[in-house]
Amino acid sequence: MRYVFRIQRFNPETDKAPYYKEYEVELEPTDRVLDGLNQIKWNIDGTLTYRRSCAHGVCGSDAMRINGTNALACKVLVRDVGPKVTIEPILGLPVIRDLVVDMDPFFEQYRSISPFLINDEPPPHGRERLQSIEERERYDDTTKCILCAACTTSCPSFWANENYVGPAAIVNAHRFIFDSRDRGAARRLEVLNSRTGVWRCHTIYNCTVACPREIQVTKAIGEVKQAILYRQST
Amino acid sequence: MIHTHTFDAIVVGGGGAGLMAALHLSRGGQVRAAVISKLYPPRSHTGAAQGGIGAALGNLEEDHPEWHAFDTVKGSDYLGDQDAIELMCRDAVEVVLELEHMGLPFSRTEDGRIAQRRFGGHSHNFGKGPVRRSCYAADRTGHMILQTLYQQCIKNRVTFFDEYQVMDVILSEGRAAGVVAYQIRTGDLHIFRAKAVLFATGGFGRMFEVTSNALAFTGDGPAIVYRRGIPLEDMEFFQFHPTGIAKLGILITEGVRGEGGVLVNGQGEEFMVRYAPTMKDLASRDVVSRAIYHEIQAGRGIDGKRYVHLDATRIGREAIETKLPDIADFCRTYLGIDPADHPIPVQPTAHYAMGGIPTDVDGRVVIDDKRTPIPGLYAAGECACVSVHGANRLGTNSLLDLVVFGRRAGIDMARFALEADLPPLPQDAAERVVEQIEWLRSANGDESAATIRREMQTLMMNNVGVFREAKGLAEAVEKLQELRERYRRIRVQDRSRAFNTELTETWELGALLDLALVTATCALNRTESRGAHYREDYPKRDDANWLKHTLAYGKPDGTIEIKYKPVVITRFQPQERVY
Ligand SMILES: Cc1cc2nc3c(=O)[nH]c(=O)nc-3n(C[C@H](O)[C@H](O)[C@H](O)COP(=O)(O)OP(=O)(O)OC[C@H]3O[C@@H](n4cnc5c(N)ncnc54)[C@H](O)[C@@H]3O)c2cc1C
Ligand code: FES
Repeated sequence: MRYVFRIQRFNPETDKAPYYKEYEVELEPTDRVLDGLNQIKWNIDGTLTYRRSCAHGVCGSDAMRINGTNALACKVLVRDVGPKVTIEPILGLPVIRDLVVDMDPFFEQYRSISPFLINDEPPPHGRERLQSIEERERYDDTTKCILCAACTTSCPSFWANENYVGPAAIVNAHRFIFDSRDRGAARRLEVLNSRTGVWRCHTIYNCTVACPREIQVTKAIGEVKQAILYRQST
Repeated sequence: MIHTHTFDAIVVGGGGAGLMAALHLSRGGQVRAAVISKLYPPRSHTGAAQGGIGAALGNLEEDHPEWHAFDTVKGSDYLGDQDAIELMCRDAVEVVLELEHMGLPFSRTEDGRIAQRRFGGHSHNFGKGPVRRSCYAADRTGHMILQTLYQQCIKNRVTFFDEYQVMDVILSEGRAAGVVAYQIRTGDLHIFRAKAVLFATGGFGRMFEVTSNALAFTGDGPAIVYRRGIPLEDMEFFQFHPTGIAKLGILITEGVRGEGGVLVNGQGEEFMVRYAPTMKDLASRDVVSRAIYHEIQAGRGIDGKRYVHLDATRIGREAIETKLPDIADFCRTYLGIDPADHPIPVQPTAHYAMGGIPTDVDGRVVIDDKRTPIPGLYAAGECACVSVHGANRLGTNSLLDLVVFGRRAGIDMARFALEADLPPLPQDAAERVVEQIEWLRSANGDESAATIRREMQTLMMNNVGVFREAKGLAEAVEKLQELRERYRRIRVQDRSRAFNTELTETWELGALLDLALVTATCALNRTESRGAHYREDYPKRDDANWLKHTLAYGKPDGTIEIKYKPVVITRFQPQERVY
């Protein structure tokens, strides 16, 4: 079937402002949007620029706006976007070129919540730290994050204030705060209780819809808010 | 403009192997180290690994590193080096516990220990029946390993150069002296001087048409060192995983069969019992991939087509949702089916490079049959060949290889970097890359990279795939030489400096073409069948002539010289392989 891809283009070396360009490609309805981009790049216009690697939704490279909604190009089939699809870079991060944005600020926010297990007690000798199935289940959902930025860049609060740590960083904080082996909750909750922390979330749910890993992002943020309130009340 | 940086140690690649090495390099706080990666590290393909990491923890039933070692040797069709295998299986227990202590969220048993499941080729009592050895975190084990190691690197303040593509290694006075990298975002070149350099750039399955490998799996590391005269080992051995989603190649983990899924042919028959009476669907991958093709060739594919079914319905919905949630997601997304209700159409998919840059057990690159090292040069992970996988890797043993040998390489590099001085920088250190980039920025011929890549991939799939014979291999060698000639007349449209991915993709195609030619040449040379290398014209293993590793050297005139290296045998004498 023929599909029309309308793509936002911008090359800082030659363009003053972003513009749209249309391409026609022949695809199977079950092909991915990424397959369409590859066809354009390989057969029509080699200058089209985007990130990609795994091609099956696990590496987080190719978050973009597809018909206005954040998604991974490799996880959306063309039959689900219709014969004409508009593709734009994710919002709120500086565009480097075409669909490629500067991810450094995003990773900076991720780092700000100390995304690593904090526990100074020496681990048991010759065996694992024990954790029950229920304790492991408690934070399972937020371990799935692939740092694609689809959630953060779908959030109006983030668009309004780029210093907001954003859903992805909170998801990763959640993953540790609710891990029974971790002892760093106080430190993370302090960061998240600050002016750029969780209180900027107004439960708009865009993030939950955008997450390609189906993480219950808004729920996780709510649980972090609760943890802050609980800590303040005790 | 060329920038110069100086470090004690450089790690090329931010996947499981690279990050594990970086972590151990940074541990003492004395070594100035940096990780250079063409992808942001969490985008590395280690994150795609699903099924698990092998270690004889014995959390659910009796198990021993010796049993694990035996299975690995047998799986390797006796081509694996047994000293390295014994060491890996022994270190396995300690390294998996180390990962847990770092915070890796393994799935758990009823009593709170690390959960384990069955996997192909892993047995108890030296082959008596399947054993639960694969330590897993649902079907996202690689994702969890990659995330955990990245997190720990952040904790240890490791320096990262993200989206820098290394294009050459600098050798000086017989030692490693650094690398030359292309900064993707700016198009600038960077020289990184160092006393020790580790390549951990992953695999190169993108030389084949149907593959489970990422688009970034283009073999940059092996191609770079090969072009500098360093041999590549056992390149004829490339693993085809039996269960890729038909046509797409996306992997369906062996964990599905580990949890009770079964392969079924077009007549509804569970055919593996005919090929492997004891291990059945959990026989090693080479055996199962060939069995699937035999069924297809005998007309017993589904509706006579070129795939069979993997029936996961009998695992039950609940177990699928908790133990194999990503698999369920892939099936829903790409096939529109629910694996709890419908069988999954599967075909073998190019999956894993057993061959690569030859190293010893400390990750040091060794360049001949006497295992002479190049001081300061290291390799680890899928791009390396220790060799622990020999002619066929067992599932769960790659993740293990990454962390065991990544760690050992990191520790040895730290030791070396503290003792050694900084080698002098050759005058012409960046020259080769400067030439390559200038050529790619102006290449204006009549050939398209996409066409050449497609032709290479189809050729490799048809002639250098699961079944091979002399005529097809010779044809492949000849055609690959032609493709390399045509590659010289390529056209690159994009002339920009910023994020010119047409330039980097075209450079990567050059690497793939070099490695494809080495693979086909070594496959033509080895006149026996062993593990993943199956010659229809030489269907038997031939220990008298071929119980040896291949070393392929690139000569300045473009030809390939093949030499050999003995296999290390300690405890397990070669036997016939029956599953
Ligand atoms: C779908 C799938 C499932 C798998 N499941 C399992 C499993 O369950 N168990 C198991 O044991 N094994 C499994 N494997 C195999 C295993 O995952 C891989 O072999 C392993 O992850 C490779 O790790 P690595 O560190 O060598 O490479 P990677 O993790 O891919 O890392 C390579 C790194 O090198 C960088 N790089 C590459 N070229 C350059 C360059 N020129 N310059 C700079 N940087 C560069 C990349 O950016 C990347 O960071 C699976 C493989 C696949 C494809
Ligand atoms: S390419 Fe990896 S998530 Fe899409």
